[in-house]
Amino acid sequence: MRPILMKGHERPLTFLKYNRDGDLLFSCAKDHNPTVWFADNGERLGTYRGHNGAVWCCDVSRDSARLITGSADQTAKLWNVQSGQQLFTFNFDSPARAVDFSVGDKLAVITTDPFMDVTSAIHVKRIAGDPEDQIGESALILKGPQGRINRAVWGPLNRTIISAGEDAVIRIWDSETGKLLKENDPEVGHKKTITSLAKSVDGSHFLTGSLDKSAKLWDTRTLTLIKTYVTERPVNAVAMSPLCDHVVLGGGQDASTVTTTDHRSGKFEAKFYDKILQEEIGGVKGHFGPINALAFNPDGKSFSSGGEDGYVRLHHFDSDYFHIKI
Amino acid sequence: MALVRPGSGNQPPKLRWGELEEDDGEDLDFLLPPRQVIGPDEDGIKRVIEYKFNEDGNKVKITTITRVRRLAQARLSKRAVERRSWPKFGDAVHEDVGARLTMVSTEEIFLERPRAPGSKAEEPKAGGDPLSQLTKGGAALKLCRTCGKKGDHWTSHCPYKDLAPPTEGFIDKPPTTEAVPGTPSTGKYVPPVQRGGGDRVGSDMRRRNDENSVRVTNLSEDTREPDLLELFRPFGAVSRVYVALDKNTSVSRGFGFVNFVNREDAQRAINKLNGDIRTDGVGFPLDRSLQNLPDLLCMARQAICCTRSLPWSVAHRPYTEVSPCKRRV
Repeated sequence: MRPILMKGHERPLTFLKYNRDGDLLFSCAKDHNPTVWFADNGERLGTYRGHNGAVWCCDVSRDSARLITGSADQTAKLWNVQSGQQLFTFNFDSPARAVDFSVGDKLAVITTDPFMDVTSAIHVKRIAGDPEDQIGESALILKGPQGRINRAVWGPLNRTIISAGEDAVIRIWDSETGKLLKENDPEVGHKKTITSLAKSVDGSHFLTGSLDKSAKLWDTRTLTLIKTYVTERPVNAVAMSPLCDHVVLGGGQDASTVTTTDHRSGKFEAKFYDKILQEEIGGVKGHFGPINALAFNPDGKSFSSGGEDGYVRLHHFDSDYFHIKI
Repeated sequence: MALVRPGSGNQPPKLRWGELEEDDGEDLDFLLPPRQVIGPDEDGIKRVIEYKFNEDGNKVKITTITRVRRLAQARLSKRAVERRSWPKFGDAVHEDVGARLTMVSTEEIFLERPRAPGSKAEEPKAGGDPLSQLTKGGAALKLCRTCGKKGDHWTSHCPYKDLAPPTEGFIDKPPTTEAVPGTPSTGKYVPPVQRGGGDRVGSDMRRRNDENSVRVTNLSEDTREPDLLELFRPFGAVSRVYVALDKNTSVSRGFGFVNFVNREDAQRAINKLNGDIRTDGVGFPLDRSLQNLPDLLCMARQAICCTRSLPWSVAHRPYTEVSPCKRRV
């Protein structure tokens, strides 16, 4: 396949997200300006100007009308996707890290980092239909995890919130009462910081990637470990294919190999694994730096990866990808 | 001055050369064969054949071949189609179509299936940077811990996994993955310089004891210094013997060095013992005729050869040969 290279960001990429229809790709990077691209040919549509710090995460509403971004400048902002205009700003006492719209886009979960004397927290905000009515108050604030919370997503039917972070523990919270419902079994769980989390299309299972060079597949309801995928590199980003039973892991460079790797450029790859057999299917090379973000198009026929090199690479699969057999 | 007279009807006007002017070339288009478009074929190649008059008034055929390549099938929903026509905003406002933000990669990228490094098309780096061998990217570096065979199978899939694991300590990876010629036995090493009987520089080599060291490989686990001494003493005065031992388990790592006082003795030892078969009653004789060395490795567990990729060593080190080492041990 011929990847399309998009170099709109000058700083490393942090997050990639497709909209529900699969025609827009939102990219967040450390360069303060989230960008939206057309997902078929990679043409840039626009950038959202307004943040003063690295943008860590974003989410787009189902109708692709609203974008929410979380940034290191201690704010999370709501944007009009089409015009690029800021609709509302949520202010926090510490950098905002992960954002996620609920099903129905009426609520959003925003996590904040531990900063000075503030511990990390998960905020639930109501999103008003009309941006004029938007208020900045949190409907719910959850505290408890030590260390940074790297990802937080809504569970099935918005009943739960799933969070994962630096303490390598996955937690499930009740979204109405704020009570901690479950934590994963530490024996089988990750041993190091969990960097990324990806839900399946139906929400029944999710994948977490961690710096301990593995990714694990969990059941959403019971938080039991289903599968483990092992790589040679710390995992920075994970994605699950909506069409085939594949998972993709993107990673960083082990510090110990920094001086001894050869200098072939473009050798950072996104590794494909069979979801069920846990075996590596292959890798897609091309990035010049560790891969920080991965996203699959909802139609499953293309995926994009964002790296430390500031490039977004958009890959449309060849037809033989769909016939891969181990 | 137009040649086509209005109202002349269906008949193409007759051309008289006297009426032609130099710069009326464009009106002569009707003289030219029509423009042909041979539409995109299965490779996406489209040919457009046009005819025109060039400056000298000659008919010129211009063939334009373009490759129309569909990167993706975009079946867009109605809203997506609407979004396509949204105006640009933010930093994209001043962008023209030729902006180089988005470009198709010039190289074709494939989903590379994990393969053993040896079977890849890329040239195996003979010696060179041994550590780069370890980090050959992409394909998983499969090193079987049981039989030391690189790149073929995982340890859990090793056909010889029922055997007790080999000696502790690190198993070196063979420098190249070319099929190694099999001269099994208590292997001794000859550097390529020596092999051709070659011209070697250095009469000073004779003098320096360090240069008279012989590397012996493929030793059994319980080989120790006295054994080597016994083996090599017939050839001359031996100044030093050393057998590499694993720190934790104190078993031999399978190789050692013998320093002769005289270079000639070392050379004779090499000539005599290279490729020779020895058993010390524990292992079994390694059949010299067996070509398939890697399997041999698995079977003759005690005789696992550690061919370390020594930074100073030269490439193309055959598996078991004798040599004077050029370096103090």
